[in-house]
Amino acid sequence: MKKAGKLSKTTKNDLITYGMVILAYVIVQLLVSTGHVSSLIQGLLVPFCTYAIVAVALNLTVGILGELSLGHAGFMCVGAFASAVFSLAFKQTMPGGPRFLIALLIGAASAALVGFLVGIPVLRLKGDYLAIVTLAFGEIIKNIINALYLGVDSRGVHFTMKDALSLNMEENGLVLIKGAQGVTGTPNDSNFTVGIVLLLITLVIVLNFIHSRTGRAVMAIRDNRIAAESIGINVTKYKLIAFTLSASLAGVAGVLYAHNLSTLNALPKNFGYNMSILILVFVVLGGIGNIRGSIIAAVLLTLLPEVLRGLSDYRMLIYAIVLIAMMIFNWSPNAIFFRKRLRQRLTAGRKTEKEEA
Amino acid sequence: MALLETKNLGISFGGLRAVNAFDISIEKGQLYGLIGPNGAGKTTIFNLLTGVYRPDEGAILLDGVNLTGKKTIEICRAGIARTFQNIRLFGDLSVLDNVKAGLHNHYQYSTFEGVFRLPRYFKTEREMNGRASELLRVFGLEEYAEYKAENLPYGQQRKLEIARAMATSPKLLLLDEPAAGMNPNETKELMDTIRFVRDHFDMTILLIEHDMKLVAGICEKLTVLNFGEVLAQGDTQEVLNNPEVITAYLGE
Repeated sequence: MKKAGKLSKTTKNDLITYGMVILAYVIVQLLVSTGHVSSLIQGLLVPFCTYAIVAVALNLTVGILGELSLGHAGFMCVGAFASAVFSLAFKQTMPGGPRFLIALLIGAASAALVGFLVGIPVLRLKGDYLAIVTLAFGEIIKNIINALYLGVDSRGVHFTMKDALSLNMEENGLVLIKGAQGVTGTPNDSNFTVGIVLLLITLVIVLNFIHSRTGRAVMAIRDNRIAAESIGINVTKYKLIAFTLSASLAGVAGVLYAHNLSTLNALPKNFGYNMSILILVFVVLGGIGNIRGSIIAAVLLTLLPEVLRGLSDYRMLIYAIVLIAMMIFNWSPNAIFFRKRLRQRLTAGRKTEKEEA
Repeated sequence: MALLETKNLGISFGGLRAVNAFDISIEKGQLYGLIGPNGAGKTTIFNLLTGVYRPDEGAILLDGVNLTGKKTIEICRAGIARTFQNIRLFGDLSVLDNVKAGLHNHYQYSTFEGVFRLPRYFKTEREMNGRASELLRVFGLEEYAEYKAENLPYGQQRKLEIARAMATSPKLLLLDEPAAGMNPNETKELMDTIRFVRDHFDMTILLIEHDMKLVAGICEKLTVLNFGEVLAQGDTQEVLNNPEVITAYLGE
């Protein structure tokens, strides 16, 4: 009996997460249609989804696999550029719906491939070392894409790392990636609805993964590698599976990101290590291993700098202070104890009220 | 034929000869004890048997199959399971999931089937839950099924580690100091558990132990190790009365 109750408890927890996302979607759509949402916030709706997805993806690596990755902005970058190039190349020849779907698959697959290749050497390392090396790989990816020129004409695909002229294109050829100028003219295929759908798909994949045989093996490795090996779990295989899946979902976030902008550059701001660390902040603030928390933290911390925009120069200062305060409130042992006591007192109060009534 | 046989097993770490010319032969269904002073090389032998270390020389045969130099997971599949001196559970997983992790190689479905919840996911998970719950019941842990493993009392953690090892359906179970850190009551309960495992699962057990009461109480045969070499081998009472063994343990 007890077991059945608990099983539905994990399912219930997952359903709450899905419900929370759907509810947020419905509320936002209602507010938008009644004109209660400023254009500033409307412009943030897709980024909310993007960062929520990449935060959930990173939580798979940090919380479930138990390894610190600082390269997820790099995987996002791969997904963004691979899908943007495809969408730009087929902008005239394919209808928007199927084109975006294929772009999504290409973005996820290319990020997965890069994640897999990076994972092979990186997952031999542990802890801080792994974090530093993923950081380095993330920067390499960003810098390669920054220097890449890619074009297509009737003779086929051209690419170079030098400049646009060395592409040797025909007159009517189409330049897809212009080095540091990036990709221009990507069709604007993503919107809030698409973002929410992708976030829900990401959630289904991650939560189902965690509660599957594979997820159990991954968490077993996280909790005790030696014991996991001793019961016959292939450590390398399962680490790679989790890392590749995590990279691939970061790629999905990249696809969403790329199709929300008409110009896509690999800047330090959007795909550099600052971004990787920001994603890690989402995960840590939301709770390592806590998928729902990652979404909430990603949305709050994306919203915060925009809400503080009125403070102009003091914006980042206040942002940092709020971040510190939230971290302490959420995770200091004293604060956790205080919250527990508060909750107990509240529930106790409610009980006595009931009894009195 | 013996279930486990090692021939002339040896390993050195740098200049230290940790285990030298180690021969052992364990019959099916035996409860076999491996004892010796600290640093005698007992855990090293476990690590050799489970593929954590590769032996420099010698051979390991399980049921006639040569396991020398095989990897840990291959040895697990071949049928050797172990517990650890310092308990190694999956602390953040539930007690049930710890056992289900032990069932990993016996119930298969792909990651894809798991993520997209195809029919085989539900069918296999149901079977795994059934088998894992059965094991927990056998070990008297079913009431803790939903606890986080790290929140179990110490004695129950030991039991869970044995249950998890048994989930891999081994032919041979290695227990590394199962009574370490236990009070006399817990030790007594543990002795019952070990005996029960042997009888209920018809299991062959090799255990390392310092607690002489436990060793004398349950082991049928003993090997005494001292400085990496076999000092004495044979029936428990005989070995324990061997003057050389007494000297090694208690000094001159």
